[in-house]
Amino acid sequence: MNPSQNEHTIKAFDSDLITLRGLIAEIGGRAEKAVEGAMTALANHDLALARQVVEGDARIDALEDQIDRLVIQTIALRAPMADDLRELVAALKISGVVERMGDYAKNIAKRVALIEPGQYIEPATLLPAMADATRQLVDDAFTAFARRDADLAVAVCAQDKTVDDFYNSIFRALIAHMISHPEHVGAGTHLLFIAKNLERIGDHATNVSEMVYFAVTGQSMNERERGDDALAPRPANA
Amino acid sequence: MLDKMAPTGTSHKMSARDVRVFYGDKEAIKGVSIDIDMDNVVAFIGPSGCGKSTFLRAFNRMNDTIPSARVQGDITLDGENIYSNAMDVVQLRARVGMVFQKPNPFPKSIYDNVAYGPRIHGLAPNKTDLDQIVENSLIRAGLWNEVKDRLSESGTALSGGQQQRLCIARAIAVDPEVILMDEPCSALDPIATAKIEELIHALRGRYAIVIVTHNMQQAARVSQKTAFFHLGTIVEYGDTSNIFTNPREERTRDYITGRYG
Repeated sequence: MNPSQNEHTIKAFDSDLITLRGLIAEIGGRAEKAVEGAMTALANHDLALARQVVEGDARIDALEDQIDRLVIQTIALRAPMADDLRELVAALKISGVVERMGDYAKNIAKRVALIEPGQYIEPATLLPAMADATRQLVDDAFTAFARRDADLAVAVCAQDKTVDDFYNSIFRALIAHMISHPEHVGAGTHLLFIAKNLERIGDHATNVSEMVYFAVTGQSMNERERGDDALAPRPANA
Repeated sequence: MLDKMAPTGTSHKMSARDVRVFYGDKEAIKGVSIDIDMDNVVAFIGPSGCGKSTFLRAFNRMNDTIPSARVQGDITLDGENIYSNAMDVVQLRARVGMVFQKPNPFPKSIYDNVAYGPRIHGLAPNKTDLDQIVENSLIRAGLWNEVKDRLSESGTALSGGQQQRLCIARAIAVDPEVILMDEPCSALDPIATAKIEELIHALRGRYAIVIVTHNMQQAARVSQKTAFFHLGTIVEYGDTSNIFTNPREERTRDYITGRYG
């Protein structure tokens, strides 16, 4: 069923929902920007930019609060049903997930200062590509939300496998590199955490997509429409 | 009793098949079919004029009292066509009781309001039996504790919510199988409404209950099945939990989300 073209009889309800969609777009955009900023700061050892990302996280947290309050208020005052109810529940869950994305980006930014510039660690060359793939997932997830696009939501979940593959590849390469270059264990560990953070951000993009899918269709996304489970532990030497 | 089963061979308490109700030339209900079972409370929702009350009244032939009204199609109670000539309408309305929007107690004592039905139907051979029926009915209607010491006072002296529960006790007193409720809470405050809703929960299973309501939250709260009526037809009939979270039809969705044109 397509989204309703009709307005609510109570116009204030529509304006609540429009405000909410705007806030979700903003928090999503800020999370995406934070990932991008953290990775740029890492690539250029740009401490000022890294600090900006860390400080910018407070705004994401504040947006999460604002979204939660608006959702609760709307449920209490408007008694939403059907699509409206599902959208509000999805917005509530999405705001929590995006707040986590922001935290991961902040965590990446905090590590920038801890990695000495100039150390050439070969496996780290894959990180920018992984970051691009992750950022694209986040972007697509919020596009899916904005457009009420269940197909795009499904595509995001399938696409998450790319990010997982990057992670597994970087993980193995970094471990091997650290064994042969013990002097890089410090930096290598930070890079490992950064890769892990990106992988988690990708997972959260799929969480957002699952909520979009639920809001649009009223169904939970079928297991088989999700990517592989990247969280399953793999042997370190696999 | 196989010969009394509905043509479909089902064991629904009541079934409507291709029911049409006319007011003069105007077709208010346009071929509606539905099954009512003992274990569910069924809610009829829909905008004003959609036909839900008209359809409800077809279940105990209340439309007979409107001269211009005509009913076509079949409605069965335990497989028996209630519109057949063999059907005793007084008996039918005892088996299929009704509670109206505005509480309408008789201008008699509380006791007599409840005893009225059992008396005319000869259900109580003696005063002790009648006392017992009155007490049980008032207990089931959740009113006993509030009125047991003043049964001889007038029913019309009660509060609106109490009057409505008195009307439910009156309907229960003749031991019906089905209770039809036509917006039973629309004249009541939220507390009295909550008491009626709680009562509906308590009565579920003992009687088949059909409730017409304008209040969608009420339909969501009290019913297990919901039928959405629009322009004399049922647009969607299904589990209440699905209708209110994930309706299949756009018209249902637009109505319950408050987008109805």
